[in-house]
Parts: sequence; C-alpha cells; structure tokens
Amino acid sequence: MILSPAGIVEGDLQDVLSHIMIHAVDDADLYFQLSHFESWSLEDGIVKEGVHNLEQGVGVRAISGDKTGFAYSDEIVLPALNQAATAARAIARSGQQGIVKSWSGAGGHDLYVPQDPLVTLQDKDKIALLEALDAEARRIDPRVKQVMVSLAASQDVVLIAASDGTLAADIRPLVRLNVSVIAEQDGRREQGTAGGGGRVSYQYFLEGNRGTDYAHEAVRQALVNLEAVNAPAGTMKVVLGPGWPGVLLHEAIGHGLEGDFNRKGTSAFSGRIGQKVATDLCTVVDDGTLADRRGSLNVDDEGVPTQCTVLIENGILRGYMQDKLSARLMGMKPTGNGRRESYAHLPMPRMTNTYMLAGESDPGEIISAVDHGLYAVNFGGGQVDITSGKFVFSASEAYLIENGKVTRPVRGATLIGNGPDVLTRVTMVGNDLELDTGVGTCGKEGQSVPVGVGQPTLLVEGLTVGGTSPFSQGA
Amino acid sequence: MPENLLTKEVTFNQDRLEAIIGDIMAEARSQGASASEAAISIESGLSVIVRMGSVETIEHNRDKGLGVTVYFGHRKGTASTSDFSPAAIKQAVQAACTIARYTAEDDCAGLADANMMAMNIPDLDLCYPWQLDAETAITLAEECEAHARATDQRITNSEGATVASHQGFRVYGNSHGFCGGYATTRHSVSCAVIAQDDNGMQRDYWYSVARDRNELESPAAIGRRAAQRSVKRLGGRRLVTQQAPVIFAADIAGSLLSHFIRAISGGSLYRHASFLEGQIGKQSFPGFVHIYENPHLKKALGSAPFDSEGVATRERDLVSNGIIESYVLDSYAARKLGMETTGNAGGVHNLLIDAGGYNLTALLREMGKGLLVTELMGMGVNTVTGDYSRGAAGYWIEHGEIAYPVEEITIAGNLRDMFMHIQAIGNDIDLRGNIRTGSILIDGITIAGT
Repeated sequence: MILSPAGIVEGDLQDVLSHIMIHAVDDADLYFQLSHFESWSLEDGIVKEGVHNLEQGVGVRAISGDKTGFAYSDEIVLPALNQAATAARAIARSGQQGIVKSWSGAGGHDLYVPQDPLVTLQDKDKIALLEALDAEARRIDPRVKQVMVSLAASQDVVLIAASDGTLAADIRPLVRLNVSVIAEQDGRREQGTAGGGGRVSYQYFLEGNRGTDYAHEAVRQALVNLEAVNAPAGTMKVVLGPGWPGVLLHEAIGHGLEGDFNRKGTSAFSGRIGQKVATDLCTVVDDGTLADRRGSLNVDDEGVPTQCTVLIENGILRGYMQDKLSARLMGMKPTGNGRRESYAHLPMPRMTNTYMLAGESDPGEIISAVDHGLYAVNFGGGQVDITSGKFVFSASEAYLIENGKVTRPVRGATLIGNGPDVLTRVTMVGNDLELDTGVGTCGKEGQSVPVGVGQPTLLVEGLTVGGTSPFSQGA
Repeated sequence: MPENLLTKEVTFNQDRLEAIIGDIMAEARSQGASASEAAISIESGLSVIVRMGSVETIEHNRDKGLGVTVYFGHRKGTASTSDFSPAAIKQAVQAACTIARYTAEDDCAGLADANMMAMNIPDLDLCYPWQLDAETAITLAEECEAHARATDQRITNSEGATVASHQGFRVYGNSHGFCGGYATTRHSVSCAVIAQDDNGMQRDYWYSVARDRNELESPAAIGRRAAQRSVKRLGGRRLVTQQAPVIFAADIAGSLLSHFIRAISGGSLYRHASFLEGQIGKQSFPGFVHIYENPHLKKALGSAPFDSEGVATRERDLVSNGIIESYVLDSYAARKLGMETTGNAGGVHNLLIDAGGYNLTALLREMGKGLLVTELMGMGVNTVTGDYSRGAAGYWIEHGEIAYPVEEITIAGNLRDMFMHIQAIGNDIDLRGNIRTGSILIDGITIAGT
C-alpha cells in the first residue's frame, strides 16, 4: 500500500538497512507513513470550513550506543531513501558491517478495523450531523448563544522495517467529534465543551445518539458555569470524578515513568522501582491493547506489539514505559510504548491509555467523607516538570463540597501537586472506573500523539487549588 | 563566497515556488473556482544534541508543504499536501473543490480585498544562512554543555545542549494576482541542566535564538546561565495562601500579552468569546501602557512583510495611554465585525510594550515584598471570562531581594483586573520572541499554597 506505488520491494528495505549498517551502528529502522486527514467545522449555524490533508514520507534512524542519527524524506522513492540513510548513518564511524536480521513476524494485535474512516459517512451526511448537533444545542436552552462543532478523521498507514528483523505494518483509523458552546445570562458568558472519538468509523457518533449526548453535555457544562462562584484558594481535600480527571495520573505519574527520563536519571521517579509511591489502594496501568481506544495501537511505532504495563501495583512502583533504545540501555524489555508523531519525528517512550483500576468505595460515600473540599469532574489540560515532579491540571467544572454534600459550582482553577507523593494521599478509590471519551492529545518535546486516560472517583487528602477565594476549613 | 551561492539558491527556489503557485491558481480556475489562494513553505535544517559530553542525536530536517484554499463564490474548501508533483497538486485542488461543494454560503468568506495586498515587499533582513555542519554543531553544543556542568558542582545531570539551524522559504499567492515570498533563517543554542542537593532535583534552561548566528549569545554564556538558573531553584519552598504583588519575569511575561492578543483577536470577538469584547476605545490598562506592533523590524524574529493573506503589514498601536485602539483582525473576522483587516492573518508580528525606567533589580526593590514568577505551568486561562489560574515557580522577595525559591504554588486572578493593576514594566526586555516585553509587576494576585 505504501511501497508498491514507488516500486520499492521488501528486498530493497534489507538493502537500505545494510547500507546503514556498514557503519558501526547497533540498530537501524525505516518508518514509512502514508496519512490522510480531514476536518469539518461549524459555527454560526453553518459549516464554514473543510480541510483535507495528504502526507507521506519515510524516517530513517541509525542508533549507535546511545547516539541517534535521524533523517527523513517526504518522497518515498529509493534515491531519497538512500540519501536519508547516508545522512542518518553518519552518527557512527564506517568500517564495520552489522547484520540485518531476516524478517520475523512482529505479532501485533487486531484492536480496530483497518478502515478508512473518511469514507464511512457521505460528505453530505457529515454536514447534516454537524447541523443537527448545532440545532440540538440551541434547542436545549435559549441561553446558548454560540455553538461550534468540529468533526475530524484520519487514517495512518505505517510500515516499520528494522535491522533487528522487525517488519510490521498497521492501519490506524481515528475519528473525533467536538461540541463547544457559549451560554449567556445577565451579561455573563461561560463555555462548555464535550466530545469524543476513537479508532473507529464516523458511524460511532450516530450510534446510540453519541453526538447528541456531546451537545447535551457541552450545554450542561456551560449552564453550570453560569452559576459558578469564585474557586477556593489553598490546600484542601479534593475528590476527582471518574474518567477524564485521570489526566492527574497522566501528568503526576505517567510522564515521570517514561523510560527515557529514567534512563537519564532526570525523573523524580528515577531509581525508585520497588518503592512505595502510593497508598495500597492504587494500581495504575498503561494499556495500549484496549479495542477501538484513541490511545491504542496494534504495534507501536517501532513495530513492537503494545501491552498492558503495570506502573504501580497496590502502591508499589513496578515498571517503566519503554521504547527499544531506553529498554536496551537499561537492560529491560520494550513495552510497546515507542511512539512518534510522524515519520519526520524520532520515536520515544510515550503513554497509550493510562488509568487506575477500580477500588471498592461507592462514589457517594467518598463525597460524604469530605467535610469541606472540592469536587472536580472536568478538566482542561495539564503539564508536569519531570525533574521536580511538580504537576498541574486545570479544572473546567468543579463544585464545593460542604458538610459531605456537593453544593455550589466554582469557576475553573488550576490544581498543583507533587507527582511522587500525590498518590500517597489517595485515601479512597471508587468502584466506578471510567475511561475518557477519546479526547486526549499528549505533547512531549514538541511531538503530539493521541492518548487515553481514566480512573475511578478518587479522594486526595491534600491538593493545592488555585482559586481566588479565601478557603477556611469548616467556614 | 558560500553565502552568495546560497542567495542564488534562494532566488532560484523562490522562482520555482512562485511557478508552482501559478500552476495551483490555474488548476483551481480550470476546476471552476472563482477565487483561490495558496501558500508553500519549505524548510531545511540541522539539529544536534550533546548530552553528558557526548552526541545524543543528529537530526536532519527537510520539510515542505503546500496549502490551497478555493472559493466558489462564498463557499470555501481547503486542502494541503507535502507532495509537489503536478498529479498531487491537481489532487489537492480537487479535494479543496470537493469540500467547497459542501460548505455553506458565507458572505464573509473570500480573499482579502485586492487593495489591501502588499504593493511592495520590503527586505526585512531575515535570512542569514549558516553553513553549519554536524561537526561544528557538536563542538558548539559540547562547549555549551561543558560550561553548564562546570559552573557548579551541584549540576549533577543534564538534558543536554542543542545547536540548531534552520532555513526556510515561504511563498503566498492568490487569484488577485498577488504573489510574494521571502526567505528566513533561524539559529539557536539552548541548554537544560539539572541541579541536585539533599532536597531533590531542579531543572532549568537558557537559550539564545536569532536570524543571524553572529547575534547568538556565546555557548559558554548560555551554559553558565542555564546552570545558574537550575542551582538557584534548589530548596524551593511553598508559600502560605495569600494575596501579594507578583513580578512576571521578562521571559515569561510575554504570555500575559499573548492572552491579551488572543482576547482582542477577531476570532474571539466575532464569536463573542472574549472578556474584552466591546472594549475598543476603553481604558483596559493603566495610562502609562503603550502596546504596539512593528512588523518591519530588521532581523527580528516576528517580522513579516505581509500576512498570510498577502495583506501588507504595518506599524500600529494596539493600546495607547492604556486605551485599546485596535483589534487584531484578518479579513474574515474584519468582515464579520464590519471592520477592516489589520494585516494579522496568522497573528501579530513583533508585539512591543514600552518599558519604564526600572531594570529587574529596581523592579524588585519597587515591589519590596512579593513573588517573582520565573516559570508558569498549565493552561488555566479562560479567554471567555478572563479567569486566570496557573501553576507557578519562582522566588519570594523580601526587602526588594530574593529571600528563597518557591514552587508548587498557583497564581490566580482575572485578566481584566490584572491588566488594570499593572504597576510597572521593566526595561529588561527579552528579545528572543515575537513578543518583546520586560518584566511586569502586577498588584493583588492570589497565591495559593499551603
């Protein structure tokens, strides 16, 4: 599908890899990619924009020890491939012929239908879907003044050939629908956003009225925020709702457990495997093998089948997420977490779907256990400083808890904590594990990849909430 | 002279790219489009990272891309591709035309008006090619990181030093007959190192970036500065929740101005999604605040002779005497608002704010007691409401001097109040970006900590 139009055959790939291995290179790989993408967007009640993008290319990587040479070309033809290979192999001296192993089946999963999602709905029906969601959002409440809906799909076809004998291919569909509204009341405006998607077809949004549900959810959030009072400021008990608030785990734990940072000793979690980093209630995994999920992959971008990696088991730090390079240098096994944004980027250890397993508490009990605190159910993005361990994530829908009851909604606020100890203050874990709806994108060193997060309802006994209102216990 | 050779190559490439633009316009016409526009960019470069004294990566970049938008009356479609072959161009135009069959009639959609096109394209001195080979880049990066690691014995680890050089061309054309292009270069040296003591690890960085490599800070100075910044953060404490004045250090203060720009941008305004809607002509900053755009500064990182619709860019005031004078508009938003484009399709070009008489030391003295923020985390800024809440790290200031480093705190307020409560703007202007500002002192910010 990628190679045949260019007249390249599998044998040529062996030749290119051999050409790289003439230098003192330990590993070499080729990453072919053919991707197309479309998006449609509606505002002011009409579909104003449509965008189509077609991209292809090949990335060539040569690794010698812990050194990496990398070049790429947006032309998939042999001369360009050889030129990139010559540039990449310059990382190591010439004069040694490394061995290119013969291809061995990489295995890999069958987690999603290898379809082209762009053609799973006729263009006119895409327009109709956007218009229907706009009408629905406006119908729900007259305070809705602006509705923005966007629909996007992509298909990524990748082929990975490596000197270690890896030859793997994957066809990766991805769709996404987003509804964003602005509601107005007495001159005050607030927004609400909801959406979802996965490695599925556009039909996903029509099944069970999913698209309509997003519209309802966006409107609900905006109306809640119209009533919001100033958020409290200070350190307090925080109950995090299930699902997308799992961005906590992504920032506080996930990044710090990526192999590259730990190989280099730059993570606040470096050298802490086997140590207690959370209460017994906490078990956190990174699982790339969930069917149809946004963060899932049949094989990672190095051709390694994805897996479910236990990061924290009953409070004990168990493992890191690895790509081939960090795994080799640390004497560990790759975990199927080697990912890259595209052929024009180097792979590195990245998360897939990161979540905490369910506990035993009823979510209602968790809230009633809090005298005064914050109940945060929706979040925007987050960020972490790997080295100091400090992380933030920003609540977009949150409520005060007063005397064990959820009371008034509060304005958005950023929460800040320290990754290596935040889970040591998790004292209750709900029985209501949810994964997010398929909206996450993770950025690292300038590269974006789709990811998933999830968690049950959690009680954290002390997180700093960045509101503006004085907060006093028992006030 | 190698640089002359490269200049020739620049011209050659520009001619070729302009020819491709012509082909795209012709193809769009033949497929029935009433108007069209296209942009092409190509970029090549080299980036080298040295970590703990040895090479970590050598990356050769070669990127190209082409985007086309077609109009059928007031219906619009857009497509892009990285393949410049005639077949791929035809396919991209076809994809854009197909989309335009389904998008809705939108009165405001279309090219910018013909009379707004840049009539002449000034040479803004943006291209200073550097024949950087991997060997030289490695040597410079080694020097930079070595100085960082030798600065203090508490520097125990490193994320490495990066030396990068990139050269690109950008060409834009539309069916008004406008076609213009220019070449740019961008060179940088950066370093990030880790300091450690009994309390734990802290990372910080420093970098230099310029169009002309001769204007880069020396690798040694960059390394030393990175090391000093990391060491200075060791032993960070938390603060008690309180209200206090805050100084946003020059290298992060630009973020405040970018929130302002976002709030006065056409897209936020016509969607009624800005806390500054309807504020034109109104006092939104203290009287001493002057914010302006100067797109034609020679050699500057944000300079551009025309915007991404071919509209001539020009120097103009956004805020004078604290009053908002003008919005930031492309032609679409301008039509939606019944105004005229300000030449800001694609954003602002060199945003500047007048400095007062204080350097940072004097600004700290002026504040006396409060917080100096040197790092902001997260995206807790709501343009609809102006609500602002972000993670922060920096230094607690007492008697006008640094008392101790602080971390794991948030700062919060509403941008509308924060802008009005600006007390002073330092003259320690950071020139490394599209927004040039000194440190900014703001009163009455809520700090959340213990």
